[in-house]
Amino acid sequence: MMTEDIRGLSAELARDPTSLVFLALAEALRKRGQLGAAGRVVRAGLQRHPQLADAHALLARILTDQRDFGQAFESWSTVLELVPGHAGAHQGLGFLYFRAGEFDDALAQLEEAARLAPDDPGIQRGIETVRAFAVERTTPAEVAPEEPADEGNGRAAVFGGLEGANKAVVLLDRHGRLLAGGLVRADGEDVAEQVAAFLAGVSQECERSARLLDLGVWTGLTAEAERGHVHIVPPTAETLLLLSRDRSVPLGRIAHLAERAAAAARRWLEEAE
Amino acid sequence: MNVAELNTALEQVTQVPRVLGAMVVSADEGIVVGEALMEGLQSNAVAALAASVSQKLAQTTGAAGLGSPSFVHLAAENGALLAVPAGLGLVIVVVAGRDVNVGLARLEMLKVAETIG
Repeated sequence: MMTEDIRGLSAELARDPTSLVFLALAEALRKRGQLGAAGRVVRAGLQRHPQLADAHALLARILTDQRDFGQAFESWSTVLELVPGHAGAHQGLGFLYFRAGEFDDALAQLEEAARLAPDDPGIQRGIETVRAFAVERTTPAEVAPEEPADEGNGRAAVFGGLEGANKAVVLLDRHGRLLAGGLVRADGEDVAEQVAAFLAGVSQECERSARLLDLGVWTGLTAEAERGHVHIVPPTAETLLLLSRDRSVPLGRIAHLAERAAAAARRWLEEAE
Repeated sequence: MNVAELNTALEQVTQVPRVLGAMVVSADEGIVVGEALMEGLQSNAVAALAASVSQKLAQTTGAAGLGSPSFVHLAAENGALLAVPAGLGLVIVVVAGRDVNVGLARLEMLKVAETIG
């Protein structure tokens, strides 16, 4: 599991502080949304390996996740100084220009990235999106398209393509720790961490209730509330997934969406292992 | 409403086909306040678990800005556990077999909830 991976990587780094394992550790922490810890690990690594472009690139991604776009720009620029023609750096800079509403510069960076990495579909999608925004001259939305590595909230991209992927789907472990997704209230606040904590132990309670009543394996838990519904499913024995929708969405459709999200979560968990 | 009246109201819920039992539990302590047809169903343990799950869901929907839950449905391979929060810190809990008409059970549970106030 991911927690064990992090423990193992930490132990490995403690044994050999000069090892490049800090990159894998920082990336694992980033995927878990532990951005502060990820940043500390990669900065410590850079003390020993200041010329390592991959470390600067990872720091740029972490800073982007933390919405520190100015520092992220500096880090991507450092990557380009170290490795001219680094497609990921041009893509990252394109994303930052896009965020700033500077569409011409964003397109220039992305087109350079596409020239360097012509088979990367993420870059192509990014170009299409920037062009669409450039035509409309609108302010970019909170999440930009050419950052496929996460869902705009510093957490791993698991539910890409699913409606409300980063606003209304949460994956957590049995201890109430958030693994992926986001849950954004109408006022814009992301309450995913809070909700994950509330749901700690629910999986075991559902399992125990079903067993005591001889109902077999539990398959889903639905709550109808005043302004919306939530549907919870167990993608695996160790995890729980919550999907939320407003009351206009029928419960059957919500259950179907939750199953799709659970399938995506299972794939992601298998890859993580 | 006294316990006898409560149990009578619960018996109406158990008239729904495939409903195996119904009870009213206190949301905070998970203690059974009234029950109907719960013989052999480990009502005390189920009451505590149902109350706990309902409370966690209430915290969840509250934090998500969705308000309080009016109906909770735990679906399992061979049946379901249903819960409707009522007034006075009580929760109505129903145990049902496979293919129960959840909509009908829900309506009967809401009637009991209205009775409790």
